Amino acid sequence: MNNFHRSWRQPALRTGRVAGLVTGLLMALSAQAQTNTPAQLLSQYSQQAGTRPDASKGQQFFTSKHGREWACASCHRATPTGTGQHAATGRPIRPLAPGFNPERFTDAAKTEKWFRRNCNDVAGRECTAAEKADVLAWLLTLKP
Amino acid sequence: MMIKRRMPSLLTASLLLAFTSFTVHADDDEHEGRARIPLLPKYQQECSACHVAYPPGMLPAASWQRLMNGLPKHFGTDASLDAATTKALSTWLTANAGSRSAPPQDRITQSSWFLHEHDEVPTRTWQRASIKSPANCAACHTRADQGDFNERFIRIPR
Repeated sequence: MNNFHRSWRQPALRTGRVAGLVTGLLMALSAQAQTNTPAQLLSQYSQQAGTRPDASKGQQFFTSKHGREWACASCHRATPTGTGQHAATGRPIRPLAPGFNPERFTDAAKTEKWFRRNCNDVAGRECTAAEKADVLAWLLTLKP
Repeated sequence: MMIKRRMPSLLTASLLLAFTSFTVHADDDEHEGRARIPLLPKYQQECSACHVAYPPGMLPAASWQRLMNGLPKHFGTDASLDAATTKALSTWLTANAGSRSAPPQDRITQSSWFLHEHDEVPTRTWQRASIKSPANCAACHTRADQGDFNERFIRIPR
């Protein structure tokens, strides 16, 4: 395994700088489509909701059941600062709180996809913009 | 004591052992050959959040088609994707599907080969918090995420 990785990397050393520049440019170009910040998404949801986000409401929403078997916390844990576990499959789930996992809430499309699916599982419906804002506001209060 | 046994018995025992090893090895190859298809990156990305991205050879095309047509109700959860992604993944899965018959409910873990391979695992073991489900390959198969289910890399957690 190790030898394979070394031989793969060596030829690239000479062209490393050019590759780095090109990659950087490509990332910058694609950044608009993909990269958001949690604060940005929170602001968007709040605007859509037309209300101020309420972190304690968010915590309550996250840790309650909504007429079905699972709460958000069933997989993500009541305080999602550590590794969670899928309630059915046992699969480890990386922390949801952005303060403990910088990847979280940095892609609007991905965030919307998971809200759509998981709110359907938990609540049997889409979450409202206010609910999303509340939950995200609460998650952002969780600091290391 | 082995030393005092006659040579013929030792020879027979050795031949038997070698033959058994051969059949076990051939069995592994059959699974490993399929497991080594490199995963489509989009498949890995979209289908490994809740479970291992299962090697496409583990199910026949008919099963994959049913699963991909039913993502909003995927074994009890909503796993829906946008139409374009669904189509792309369906095409790739179908093209790389296995040739065995469809298992009950299209569940890999209900396949006769799966049950045979795991027939020594007690029910209690599946229920451990660290494992939870036979669908959770990576709990014991430490290289499942790389498509490697070789016996050598199994570690059953407490």
